[in-house]
Amino acid sequence: MYQHLETAKNPENLKRIVVDPVSRVEGHGKVTLLLDADNKIQQARLHIVEFRGFERFIQGRPYWELPVLVQRLCGICPVSHHLAAAKAIDQLVGVDPENLPISADKLRRLLHFGQVLQSHALHFFHLSSPDLLFGFESDINQRSIMAVLAAYPDLAVQGVKLRKYGQEVIRMVSGKRIHGTGAIAGGMNKSLSKAERDYLLEDIDQIVAWAAASVTLIKTVHESNLPYFDDFATIATNYMGLTQVNGALELYHGGLRAKNAQGETIMDHVDYCHYNDYIHEEVRSWTYMKFPYLLSLGQEDGWYRVGPLARINNCDLINTPLAEAARIVFKAHSSGAMVHSTLAFHWARLIELLHCAEAIKELLHDPDIMGLDLVAKGEKRYEGVGVIEAPRGTLFHHYQVDENDIVTKANLIVSTTSNNRAMNESVRQVAAEYLSGRELTEPLLNNLEVAIRAYDPCLSCATHAMGKMPLQLELMDANGQLIDKLVKHSNGQIERLA
Amino acid sequence: MIKPILVFGYGNLSRGDDALGPLLLDYIESHCDLTEIELLTDFQLQIEHALDLEHRSLVLFVDASVACINTFDFSQLSAARDKSYTTHAMSPAAVLAVYVSIKKQTPPPSFLMSIKAESMELGEGLSCAAENNLQQACLVIKELLRQPNLKHWLQQTEQALR
Repeated sequence: MYQHLETAKNPENLKRIVVDPVSRVEGHGKVTLLLDADNKIQQARLHIVEFRGFERFIQGRPYWELPVLVQRLCGICPVSHHLAAAKAIDQLVGVDPENLPISADKLRRLLHFGQVLQSHALHFFHLSSPDLLFGFESDINQRSIMAVLAAYPDLAVQGVKLRKYGQEVIRMVSGKRIHGTGAIAGGMNKSLSKAERDYLLEDIDQIVAWAAASVTLIKTVHESNLPYFDDFATIATNYMGLTQVNGALELYHGGLRAKNAQGETIMDHVDYCHYNDYIHEEVRSWTYMKFPYLLSLGQEDGWYRVGPLARINNCDLINTPLAEAARIVFKAHSSGAMVHSTLAFHWARLIELLHCAEAIKELLHDPDIMGLDLVAKGEKRYEGVGVIEAPRGTLFHHYQVDENDIVTKANLIVSTTSNNRAMNESVRQVAAEYLSGRELTEPLLNNLEVAIRAYDPCLSCATHAMGKMPLQLELMDANGQLIDKLVKHSNGQIERLA
Repeated sequence: MIKPILVFGYGNLSRGDDALGPLLLDYIESHCDLTEIELLTDFQLQIEHALDLEHRSLVLFVDASVACINTFDFSQLSAARDKSYTTHAMSPAAVLAVYVSIKKQTPPPSFLMSIKAESMELGEGLSCAAENNLQQACLVIKELLRQPNLKHWLQQTEQALR
């Protein structure tokens, strides 16, 4: 591990490099590097530079507003917040997951698969494929979806249409593209009409085919550059996420499972309502983002990764055939061991994309999604916890309400926060293995961003802030004098100022 | 049936003045004849929105802008590779560029109404200044949508420049 690079011994004597902001991630983060006179990395950190309180935004509101309100926390994953909030407020009206009407459960799953599909498509085709197809240190003008459109037009158009299809699933299920009221306390607001179902069925075979092709593509890309893809930003970690009772991949509802780097079970089938007994969050002075960890392992060893790589590593099977076949190939790559390559996030993400496409198809052929029994009722409770596997990983919403149904306390753990320590470790690994001792250039620094981007972090969620777009890279000597400065403008242009 | 005129207002209703785009759509919905007009909204623009431009005769994007100098700006858009497509939030010009790349054809005539904004913090309401700016922009939009033709809209952009 590279923990020794979190804090340098004599930072006042070191050169300072800032990558600010990290691009092609959502929100505003920056990376600082401290270098000695020989350009050796002595300290590397991923910082989150803004902070706004989600909890403050939620507290004081009546609980029934939350499924709509929390969508506005983040423009990237509104449906994830919507569903996590809905699961939490189900409990406030006395409805446990097993008591949700079957039609409501399946409609929520359909909504969630649509969200994960469009999110994963955006990340791979639009944000990551330029790096993967053209190289991490390629010309900055080539590292964009526009270049992919020019060089790989069919692939890029597939990306656009996969994304669009996911958005259409969301629109059909929730009634609107955004601000939909699909999920409500105890169920769903509407079911799918036959016309809506038939509309989505028109393209689903093509969507499954494109998703399967994307898995083939990422496997080819990954294997074309071994061992680089296996080593880059790679860290051996614990992994956490939801699984089904039989250990199958689960995105909407299940028990918490965590495994260590060797694949040994740390915890399994844990009721997420008791997450506080298993997960704590640590605060550090140099960043606004918290550091969650598994209580049983302690602060130093208990950090973990969430998201696609964690889920594919953790699960024992996937209950859709093409994705399961892809998972078996993925695991064979590591001879069945846990896959620690950070770039394997992309591969795992596309296996999930394929699973979502298959699952959507399956649900569209299920008459329950047109059922009319949509809402269950129960006895009021004063506390509710909702957890789902959002595209970026496990998402926790926890509310307490008073006798007037007003939220008095809220706690959210978003997936990017869970990956905070891992992203920092990956940054340190890249800094130590690929940058240390070399003259720093923009393409070289893109390696740092590639490592962070593999996690698909939503820094807006993690910091509770909408990102702004300053970017500067400053090189300072041991006396704090600026000796070089690169600025990346909001339009992406790079300019050397010093 | 796809309506020939698209008004796309984007922004987040819970982020202060970022709500200007969606709020202007609310005004249109209650004050304009929507027979020929489709209203769309989202938190931000992304590349799949290029597909929403298909088969339109006129497109109007509406956004809040802290960089806006006047109360509002009204201008015609050209497709541009401005690199905003490297983020989760694209510019309307970049969406047009994606349209060109995907469809291999010129995008429909497209315009941008930028309304001056001051603050976009989570949980904030609309600022007083933005509220005033919105009122003025609404009157202009209402007039534009009464005469939804390219010649008239181009004239309005020229007036906005004076």
